[in-house]
Amino acid sequence: MLKIKANNFNLYYNDFHVLKNINIDIEEKKITAIIGPSGCGKSSFLKSINRINDIVEYMRVNGEIIISGQNIYDKRVDVNSVRKNVGMVFQRPNLFPISIYENISFGLKINKIANNKSTIMAIVEESLSSVMLLHDVKDKLYKSALLLTLEQQQRLCIARVLAINPQIILFDEPCSSLDNVATKKIEELIMKLREKYTVVLVTHNMQQAARISNDTAVMICGRIIEFASTEQIFTCPSKKETESYVTGRFMI
Amino acid sequence: MYYFGKNMRKILYIIIESIIFFCGILSIIFVILIFGFLFKESFVFLKNYNIVKFLFGRFWYPTLETALFGILPFICGSVLVSVGACIIAVPIGIMTALFISEVASKNIRNILKSLIELMAAIPSIVIGFIGMATIVPIVKNVFSIPTGLTAFTGSLMLAFMAIPTIVTISEDAIHSVPWQYREGALALGATKWQMMKIVILKIAMPGIMGAIMLGIGRVVGETMAVIMITGNAAHIPTSIFDPVRTLTATIATEMGETVKGGIHYKSLFAIGFVLFIITFIVNFIADIFLKKNKNL
Repeated sequence: MLKIKANNFNLYYNDFHVLKNINIDIEEKKITAIIGPSGCGKSSFLKSINRINDIVEYMRVNGEIIISGQNIYDKRVDVNSVRKNVGMVFQRPNLFPISIYENISFGLKINKIANNKSTIMAIVEESLSSVMLLHDVKDKLYKSALLLTLEQQQRLCIARVLAINPQIILFDEPCSSLDNVATKKIEELIMKLREKYTVVLVTHNMQQAARISNDTAVMICGRIIEFASTEQIFTCPSKKETESYVTGRFMI
Repeated sequence: MYYFGKNMRKILYIIIESIIFFCGILSIIFVILIFGFLFKESFVFLKNYNIVKFLFGRFWYPTLETALFGILPFICGSVLVSVGACIIAVPIGIMTALFISEVASKNIRNILKSLIELMAAIPSIVIGFIGMATIVPIVKNVFSIPTGLTAFTGSLMLAFMAIPTIVTISEDAIHSVPWQYREGALALGATKWQMMKIVILKIAMPGIMGAIMLGIGRVVGETMAVIMITGNAAHIPTSIFDPVRTLTATIATEMGETVKGGIHYKSLFAIGFVLFIITFIVNFIADIFLKKNKNL
């Protein structure tokens, strides 16, 4: 099933043309990786899918991104409901300097998902256990979230997103601040999320894309050069640039 | 030749270092001298006059045969005017800071920031003068009271003077909230207002508290404007529409009329000492909050 579709999507910061005619069909309940050299627009595209790019001054777009049949850049669309539906996990864990419990209940309160204490607590525990964090933090739910290790913080960031029950989760280089062991654990978690969510993952780590994604898009200089199954991209890419990029010979 | 140059540089270095050291130490010496002088004069006064009667006495008759030096009316006046000014200035100041930092476009932000800095540069006598000419008659007519020279009028004008301080420093605190928190809150579906209310204000709160404290410090120490518009009545106010007299106004108006070295003269120093303690505490609290903000 098709979940996200970009139609001739262009994005500019001031006069800088960042994304050029992006066309991509991302399928439901799969992990789609976007790889490419730094500065090629991977993150800009990812941030267009939940419209978090809107907060950048002098940013403008044309073309459409269609999620579940609805163009999210349509004027009538409510940005906040788009963002509720499309969760995002950032490069560095960006928990608020409040307690673990409050970090999760924040999303529930602002989206009016739950109001009474027991429902909130149930959702907090459920989302913590689905990121395999409940066991570690159940005694310190009311302690500051910033006391956790980076890996735990990133897990909590994922739990915070899961709690508001999105359909799509975007990951923007989620492991770039983590060591190898933590990276492996987060990758396992992301693979597990595929069962229920559509995942889009931006990474500069090609091995990561090869390990966990179903489909891979290769992006160079604001264009999607090739988009196919991960296996095909890494074994027999059809474009010359893709081959030279995934084999490490690419030069800009 | 080489050695000569090296020695010259060394001497120059020592001279520059000692000049800088001297300048640095000078300001500390001044503060200590001022404090010592205030303390000495007021200590002499308090030896002759009971401190409880001084702080909690309800009557200020410094020129009577058996002079009474109760400063409770002035403390009440100062507190009333300052609290009133805060109630007006704090919400306006924080809202303005939020607007400048979070809502306004770059151009409007720059214009507003320089205007507010300009507002801070208005001399207090001008504010007092404008208050006297415009706000005092308005207050008199709107509330139909015998005089427009009231605590309320003073609060209104002092709020004007506190707002620039509160806005500038809270804006700094709000602006220094890391970008990632905003992104994080918005990405969870928060509206801009929810983001500001729940995340930004909470994180910037220590800085905002510091800003409020510095604003209070400015208001408590203000003299010229309050002399001109609060009515200078040395009695304990019963409402905000009563004329009041503040600690600062008492010192300023009476210092010229006293006998140098007399008990009345020394009592004014004691008032100065009380004022010093109040502003010191306020600034100290502000400092704690601002440091907390930095450790974020």
